[in-house]
Order: sequence, then structure tokens, then C-alpha cells
Amino acid sequence: MTMANTTASQTEAPVFYLKEEHHPETGTMLGFWIYLMSDCLIFAILFATHGVLGRNYAAGPSPADLFDLGLVAINTSMLLFSSITYGFAMLAMEKGKIAGTQIWLAITGLFGVAFVGLEIYEFHHLWSLGATPMRSGFLSAFYTLVATHGLHVTFGIIWLVTLMVQVGKRGLIPANKRRLMCLSMFWHFLDVVWIGVFSVVYLLGVLG
Amino acid sequence: MFSNPDLLHFIFGRLSLDSFPFLHDPIILVTFLGVVVGGIAVVGGLTYFRLWGYLWREWITSIDHKKIGIMYIILAIIMLLRGFADALMMRAQQAIAFNGAEGFLPPHHYDQIFTAHGVIMIFFVAMPLVTGLMNFVVPLQIGARDVAFPFLNNFSFWMTTCGAALIMASLFVGEFAMTGWLAYPPLSDIVYSPGVGVDYYIWALQIAGVGTLLSGVNLIVTIVKMRAPGMSMMKMPVFTWTALCTNILIVAAFPVLTAVLVLLGLDRYADTNFFTNDLGGNAMMYINLIWIWGHPEVYILILPAFGVFSEVVSTFCRKRLFGYSSMVYATVVITILSYIVWLHHFFTMGSGASVNAFFGITTMIISIPTGAKVFNWLFTMYKGRISFDVPMLWTIGFMLTFVIGGMTGVMLAVPPADFVLHNSLFLIAHFHNVIIGGVVFGMFAGIVYWFPKAFGFKLDEFWGKMSFWLWTIGFYFAFMPLYVLGLMGVTRRMSQFDDPSLQIWFIIAAFGALLIAGGIGSFILSIVVAVIKRDKLRDETGDPWGGRTLEWSTSSPPPAYNFAFTPVVHELDAWADMKKRGYVRPTSGFIDIHMPKNTGAGFILAAISLVLGFALVWHMWWLVVASFIVLVAGSIAHTFNYDRDYHIPASEVVKTEDERTALLAKQQA
Repeated sequence: MTMANTTASQTEAPVFYLKEEHHPETGTMLGFWIYLMSDCLIFAILFATHGVLGRNYAAGPSPADLFDLGLVAINTSMLLFSSITYGFAMLAMEKGKIAGTQIWLAITGLFGVAFVGLEIYEFHHLWSLGATPMRSGFLSAFYTLVATHGLHVTFGIIWLVTLMVQVGKRGLIPANKRRLMCLSMFWHFLDVVWIGVFSVVYLLGVLG
Repeated sequence: MFSNPDLLHFIFGRLSLDSFPFLHDPIILVTFLGVVVGGIAVVGGLTYFRLWGYLWREWITSIDHKKIGIMYIILAIIMLLRGFADALMMRAQQAIAFNGAEGFLPPHHYDQIFTAHGVIMIFFVAMPLVTGLMNFVVPLQIGARDVAFPFLNNFSFWMTTCGAALIMASLFVGEFAMTGWLAYPPLSDIVYSPGVGVDYYIWALQIAGVGTLLSGVNLIVTIVKMRAPGMSMMKMPVFTWTALCTNILIVAAFPVLTAVLVLLGLDRYADTNFFTNDLGGNAMMYINLIWIWGHPEVYILILPAFGVFSEVVSTFCRKRLFGYSSMVYATVVITILSYIVWLHHFFTMGSGASVNAFFGITTMIISIPTGAKVFNWLFTMYKGRISFDVPMLWTIGFMLTFVIGGMTGVMLAVPPADFVLHNSLFLIAHFHNVIIGGVVFGMFAGIVYWFPKAFGFKLDEFWGKMSFWLWTIGFYFAFMPLYVLGLMGVTRRMSQFDDPSLQIWFIIAAFGALLIAGGIGSFILSIVVAVIKRDKLRDETGDPWGGRTLEWSTSSPPPAYNFAFTPVVHELDAWADMKKRGYVRPTSGFIDIHMPKNTGAGFILAAISLVLGFALVWHMWWLVVASFIVLVAGSIAHTFNYDRDYHIPASEVVKTEDERTALLAKQQA
């Protein structure tokens, strides 16, 4: 059977080109995934740095002296809730509901702002105790890792506001849906990274 | 008001009249005058011939992968001249600075030169050559019309160029790093390098690094998603395979460089303690991290060269490549292994015998897949009908030279031997042996091979052969003496020597560098002469070498849309298969073709990044804030542009294709 097919296809003139327009799948999602993985590596390096320097207190304060786990727990819940509300925004988007999408996006953004706000408050508090990034290797690594995550969330918020304007102007057109999907991946990715930060930097740090 | 020092300091940061070294250094003054005269000539010429509009519309804003590829290679050739000028100065200095003579370069200048030489050659010569070649060739080889993200491609190119521009600025404004090309702390910390040199280094590499990373993402998605129907992974041309692996390495390695340079930058700008000697810093962490990027980096450079040699060998031996699948697996194995060898760059760190043994063994294992590749090329040549065109000469030169470099690499991979050879000129000879003999030869082979595809005429053969022989012989003269010196214990990065018996070896090496200068000159002449004689060298078939892969199935230069109809692939070496089985070029039935639109956004955003980088180097904080805000706002504004593509009307496709039909008919008549 296979033999017969092969001979048949060899005697017939093989098709060497497509007569109609060829549409390769859009690569945006794959491209964004790859970008996220590269970003993940940046965090991996910062985690590794924290792993190496995390106990170099240089006679300065240690995590147990500094961290208020209650505050961090509230902060964590802000980010986790924001991921859930982003999920609701995506569900509304799938149903084609512009108003629902916008409302859930706005709520997500507010959770994000709360998260960044609490983080700034925490940094301010630590700074006032003399625990600055200049104080020790541990604090340099701590501030850099946590602030890099915070900066990502800040950019996520700016991006989210931009997308709300664009959805407002053009509705849920395919280009905007694709962008919302990308931001969705970005937002959940930051959530996952934060779980790492919370566990490794705060919980393990306080355990000593 | 202008004499108010506080105000001046606010506006210009650290920049002052003392920051212009050409005001008191004759070497830099002459260079500066040369650049000014050359710059005026170029700007004047462009204005006189009214080329600014053409340049902006057809090149600067172009998202065509072919033009971007060509621009990368032009950038690389310009930067090669700069990097090589540094090399000549070093060779001249080391050849004369004996017996108490200080030579013509004081240490602080010499140190900047060897740092700039390394940084420029790796980041702004080798990388743009590789990226440019991949950009030009990969979409054509897989039967695609462009890359997956054409705008990002343009942006990536301009980010790389702006990184190069920032390095060039350091020549005339301020100074460059005096730390060696990887800027090891604590030397590169603010305490020991208080000037702007290391800051130039950091920001030039960060700006260019964004471009490199994005272009890596872009090409991976292009190869994964945009192959012509029928081209399964194991039917991809080997060059595309090596490009895929290289871009995976880029995406998996460059973020490490970004992160580690951020940390070094924080140490310098924010007084943190990542790599400092006190307060809990750890300088060895920098050296580990930078080599976790740095070792994959050398494979980023060499893999595409392996791809070029594979294409060239099979084309010029008129045979399909021997052992295609073993070639693919060897490439993939090298990709993976390149991540677990980084510590061989610092066996002397003192991590203990077990760790050193592990990394020594992994390093030696890499030579197995590499050796498999060399045998595949040799077996392809065996009983092939070899024609010794210039690309094939480079390939043969590579095989001989690279094997020597590989063997000295295995010597260095033995930790006890490395304790003797570490930081010596033996190491310098080794890595120039593999980078010149591998990457540079490979890129020259690739340029000569694909030049007729890009421009429609071949390069001049006489000057091409001259270039090959001068480069090859020059390489042996320049670097074999360094192996000898290294075995005698001479360390790298020295600007003066006491032992007069060493001088003869440095003079031989300087002679070799002069031969290489002739090689570079001949290469440029081969382009110039070819442009003059282009009517004689013209190729109208689109397939001047009897190629085997899809890029040779379209015209030279290819139309903006590459292929009027998307090709369908049945076999490995699709074009050889099409020729064998009587493919008839379609001459009718053309339809509109969907293409991305040109945009100036990439150039503008990259230019703002350059301003931001310059402001950061000189601590002009108001400009840092302003350009950062403009950069973010500009990026956001760009996302409001939804009108990013257009259709080339069928009538235009018909016109282009009819012209080609007429040309081909004339050929056959």
C-alpha cells in the first residue's frame, strides 16, 4: 500500500508550491512564552545571588530582625487575588463582554497598586531601621530581588492601563485579545515568582 | 551664569572639558580628526546625492529581514576595522616595549585598548556577523516571507548599533574600561575604577543585549512556526538547525549577562555589596555568573559557523551532507553541554579537585560531538567533486586551523595543566585560534557564499583568495608565537617586558598582524572590485553555486516577498530535490501578498536608549529621567499603531516575476 502510494506520487508531478496564500500560525504566544522564560532566568540569577549572599549580614540585621510576616502575608494575598481577578477578566473577554473585562482589569490593577504600595511601605520601614541595601550583601540581594519583582509589577500596571485604554477605543478585536493574553501570562508569571520570593526570602529567611 | 559650577554639574554631570582625551593625546587626536573628516565626507555625500530620504525609507525604517541582515554585517565590518586597529596597536606596542623602552602606549591607554578590542570583537563584530547572517539566510532557507516579528527585528538591529555607538563615543568622550573584556570586580568596582570607563561598558552591553535577546526570541519563533509546509524539523537545512540552537542559547544565556551587569551597576551606582571586598560581597560570584553567560556565548558564535561550513561543504562537493542527523544531534549535544563547562575558565579559583575534575571532564566531552562534525565534513568531501571556490577555501582553512585550536583547548581543559597555562598568552593563542579559525573564517565563508544571493553578483575571486591566504598565513604568524610565549610563562595584558629574549616572538606576531591587515584589506577590495565589475560577475539564475537549499530557488536579490508562492518541501535539501524532480517555476496565477509595513519606531526608540545610556554614564540625572520617560511613553505610543501591514498587489508581483522570467529565458537562449 505504502509502496503503491510512493510510486503514484513519484509519477504524478509533485506539488512544489502553494497556489493560495500561506498563513503560518501566529507566533506571538510562543514568542511571549520564550521572553517570559528569559525573564525567569533573570529572577533565577537574583535568587541564586540571594542564595550565595543571603547570610552575609556583615554584623548587620538578619531576616528575623527585620521581616514582619503579617505584612508580607497581606501583600502576598493582594497579588494572589489579583491573579484570580485577572482570570475573571479573561473569562469576560472570552464571552466578548467589554464592560466585564474592563471592570475586572481595573480591580486587578487596584490589587497590583496595593501590592506595590505595601512593598514601598515595607522598604521605607526597613530603610528607617538602617537596613539599607548598602548595609550588607544580604540586604543588597534582598532589595534587588524584591524590587526587581516590584518593578515588574509596576510595569504590568502601566501595561494594564494602556490595554484598558486600547480596549476602550477599539473593543475586543483580535489584536487586543492577543495583548490581553500576553499580559495575562505576564501577570500570572509574576505571581509564581512572588511565591518563590515569599517562600525563599521571607519564610526561609525568618527560619534562619 | 555659565560659570556657576553647580549648574554646570547639574546639566553635564561628570562631563567637563577634561573629559575629552583628544585634547591632550595625539593618537586619539589623529583618530578623532580622521573620524570628523570621514563623517563630514559621508554626511556631505549623502546630502549631495540626496540620499537621506532613500536611506530612511529603504534601510533605516526597513523591517525586511534581508536588509536588516545586510545592515548587521555592515555594522560588523565597520566595527572590525575599529577592533583590528586596537589589535595592531597592541601588537606594535608589545613588539617594541623592551629593554626599558615604554613603547608608545602608556599603561592606562594600553589597558583601555585591550578591553575595547575584546568587547568590540565579541559583541560588535562576531555577534552582528552571526545575527546578520542568520537574519538574512534563515527565512529564505525555510521558505518564509519574513521573520515572526519584523518590527522587533528592526528594533533589535538599532539597539545593537546604539550599543556600538556608545562604545565608539567612549573613544572621544571620557575613557573606556581598563578592566579586560569581562570587567571582573573588585577591579571594576567604583573603588578601583572610579572613572566612566566601566559605565560605558555596562550600558553599551545592556543596550546591545536587549537587541540580541529580542532577536533571539524572534528567530526561534520564526524557525519553529514559519517553516514552509512539509519542512519537518529533520528536513531543515543544517544552517537553520545551528541558527535554532544558537538562538536558544542566546535566550538562555543573555539574561544572565543582563542580570550580572545590573548587579555590577548597582555596586557602582547604588553602593550595594554584591561583589565588594567588604560587607558581605563576593567577587567570585561575579566570575561564576559572567561565565555562565560567557561560555554559552562562544557556542552562540561558533554554531552558526558550523552551519555555514555544512552548507558550503555539501554545495561545493556536489553531494548531500554526510551524516545529516548526526550533525543535528551533535549540534544539540553541544548546545546542552555548553551550559555545564563554565568553571573551566577559572580552575584556579580553588573550588577543589572534585569540582575541577567535573568541569574538566565535561569540557573534554564537548570535543566528541565537535569531532563528529569534523568527520562529517571530511566524509562529505570524500569522493565529492570538490570545486575550490573561495567559500570552500575558507572551509578547508577552518578544518585545519580549528582542529589545532580544539586540541589546545583540550590541553587547557586539564586542570593541572591549566594551573600552569591560566592567564598566559597560551590561552590568548587558543581562543584566537578557535574564534578566528572558526567564527571569522566561517563568517567570511558565509558572506562570500551568500553575497550573490543578497546583491545579484559574486564577490571578486582574486581578492577573495588573497584575503583567504593572507588571513590564514597571517593567523599562524600572529598566534603560533603566542603559544610559545605562553608555554614560557608570559602572562596576558602586559604592556612592557623585561626579558629581551622574548622580543623576537612578539615581532613575528606583529608581522602576522600586518598580514591579517592585508587580509582585511583584500576582503574589502573584493567587495569594491566586485561592485565595479558587477556586470561581469552578475548572476541571473539566482543559483550561482548549484545550491541545495530553498534560498537558491528564488531570484538574486530576492524580491521583498522572497517567494511569490510559498514552497512545499518533500525532502531534505529541498531545492536540490526540486531541481532533480523537474520543478517548473510558476509564471502565472499570482495573488496579493500580505507583508509588514516599514516603521521608524525601532530606530527612534533605540536612539532614545542611546541618549539614556549616555546620560547614565555621565550622571546627567535630569537627562536620565527625561529620556527614560520619553522611552516609556514612546513605546506605549507605538502600541497604539495597529496599522502594521499591507498587501503587495498581484499586479506588482506579476511585474517582478515577469522580469525574472524574461531574464531566465535570456539565460537559456
